[in-house]
Amino acid sequence: MRIAISASGETLEDSLNPRLGRCEYFVLYNDDTGETLAIENTGRFSVGAAGIATVGLLNDHGVDVLITGNVGPNAFTALQAAGIQVYTGASGKVRDVLQDYKDGKLNEAKGPNVGPHGR
Amino acid sequence: MIISVASGKGGTGKTLVATSLALSLLDEQKQVQLLDCDVEEPNAHIFFNSQPVYEEVVTLPVPQVEYARCQYCGKCSEVCQFRAIALLKRTLVIFPDVCHSCGGCWHLCPAGALEPVAREVGNVRISRAGSLEIVSGSLKLGTHISPPVVKAVRQKENRENIVIIDGPPGSSCPVMAAVAGTDFCILVTEPTPFGLNDLSLAVEMLQVLGVPCGVVINRDVPGNDIIDRFCQEKGLQILLRIPFQTKIARAYARGIPLVKSDPLWREKFRDLYHRVAREVQQ
Amino acid sequence: MKELTVISGKGGTGKTSILGAFATLAENSVVCDCDVDAANLHILLKPNIKETHPFYGEKKAEILPHLCTQCGLCEDLCRFQAIKEYKINPYACEGCALCQHVCPVGAVVLHDHLSGHWYVSDTQWGPMVHAKLGIAQGNSGLLVNVVRKKAREVARDKRIPLILSDGPPGIGCPVISSLAGTDMALIVSEPTASGIHDLERIAKVAGTFGCKTAVCINKYDLDEANCRHIEDLAGQLGVPILGKIPFDPIVTEAVLRGIPVTLLGNGEAQSSVRNLWEQVVNMLGV
Repeated sequence: MRIAISASGETLEDSLNPRLGRCEYFVLYNDDTGETLAIENTGRFSVGAAGIATVGLLNDHGVDVLITGNVGPNAFTALQAAGIQVYTGASGKVRDVLQDYKDGKLNEAKGPNVGPHGR
Repeated sequence: MIISVASGKGGTGKTLVATSLALSLLDEQKQVQLLDCDVEEPNAHIFFNSQPVYEEVVTLPVPQVEYARCQYCGKCSEVCQFRAIALLKRTLVIFPDVCHSCGGCWHLCPAGALEPVAREVGNVRISRAGSLEIVSGSLKLGTHISPPVVKAVRQKENRENIVIIDGPPGSSCPVMAAVAGTDFCILVTEPTPFGLNDLSLAVEMLQVLGVPCGVVINRDVPGNDIIDRFCQEKGLQILLRIPFQTKIARAYARGIPLVKSDPLWREKFRDLYHRVAREVQQ
Repeated sequence: MKELTVISGKGGTGKTSILGAFATLAENSVVCDCDVDAANLHILLKPNIKETHPFYGEKKAEILPHLCTQCGLCEDLCRFQAIKEYKINPYACEGCALCQHVCPVGAVVLHDHLSGHWYVSDTQWGPMVHAKLGIAQGNSGLLVNVVRKKAREVARDKRIPLILSDGPPGIGCPVISSLAGTDMALIVSEPTASGIHDLERIAKVAGTFGCKTAVCINKYDLDEANCRHIEDLAGQLGVPILGKIPFDPIVTEAVLRGIPVTLLGNGEAQSSVRNLWEQVVNMLGV
């Protein structure tokens, strides 16, 4: 499985960026191989609807699970359509967030946890 | 004749001028329509005891997918400049709130799997207060593109009447939709640096649109010539001055139009109309 | 870092005067003018511009006349009536690119369009980020995003804990962009029939953003009955009233002179603005 974490940098030591559509990077972790890889979130340069563009990017990278802070209504709809499981409300270093996920400490989101435009 | 009332800055007295102008003309046995095009904050109706006579919903077309035809080619999401449509695995997701209704997706879908359906973005209400017809537009909360609602209000204008348009503040798209193609624009300002700054922006906007204009100074203070100097420099006429008086502010606060709180103003607003009419005829 | 955004729904209720006064009272803040259509805060705070940046807010189509065969297909299909006589009207064009896609001979190109400028400045009271949208240009919402993002960067770099944002009037696109992700919305209301009507709409919009929301009543003594009406309405909407500022000629004088009212002594209006500021600081938790 491919797990993506919205982050402000490219490594496991960087912190999670809670703004899905506007985060700088995604740290991708493959839990079959243990490999990590960072991709730049080009969706954040989008004129509008950055959340939708970002989900498109995650879909193209074959992501199965997303861990982030906030997911708005449009992004949530898109994530569901793409069949990506989403865990919201996480914070801290990417490494720690990943550990929390593996330990089953994160809750799967059943709906958007913020309104349109990130609030 | 279509007269628009605008101001770069909010709260300078556009609605005060538009409502009093409309009321002052009623005695002249004229058919007057007042169009409230400030669809984000429609206020003109507050000043009249009016009876609703008509209401319609304003819609914009947004795409809907017929999955039986969709070939999942992704053309629609590729052509959409606004990211209102996304192909994610085997689902085509449509986001009406970011759609600009350009029609690109349904025109260009090679399988004919998309068709436009109506999405509500606001409404237009017509009400009557005596012989005055008031047309108000209201943007649906949570919708943020107002020009289509402004245009829907303006579809009700009848050039045979005297049409007075109360516009939104600012100098961007909603205002342009409200004043474009009108015969004359009355710019309402106040003699402060804020008022002057916003007036100059509004004048520039009207030049772009090719709409002639004149100025009404609200909350005028004797001896303050900040607006006068600007108008002289730009060759703009000052059509009316409304003094800074607490009693005017108080009556307005209660929702009483100026011409009703003080009938002396009736004549002044009629003069305002005739000055504008002369300008238009030239 | 916390952000306060001053909004009003109805224009001209005194947002900019109040925010300008706040800027002088906050000891350490970045000021951000989100009213990019009709910016006025610079008149009060007199920024010294340090950086000027272009803003490309939209794309616009252009028809290349040497390739155009005048078939008229684009004009028929354009939903914005932006094409007349084989020419694009840039004020009507929304950059949807339909014309480019349907043109049989590839005569349409899309350009990034220069819609305005934004600035990073210094004022006597701290850094300021502001913008000027070109005349009759669209996409003010995006420019608001740009300005706010820069304000956050400046605050982070200079370790300033507070951003004060002056919002635009209305409830449309730029207002939504101003509110997204802010910590607190302060609605400046006034006791007029219009003010009451607009308060309900703007409070509902602010409510959808989940930020802290509060009201202050400017010119509260203009009409006591309407003032009580606003207090009742705020109660029903569950929004606290943090302060009331009187209808005082000194406020008008400050605007006429183009300075924050707090620089004109310490009368009733100034002390009510100070009290309001203390309440805001409390609620915001800075």
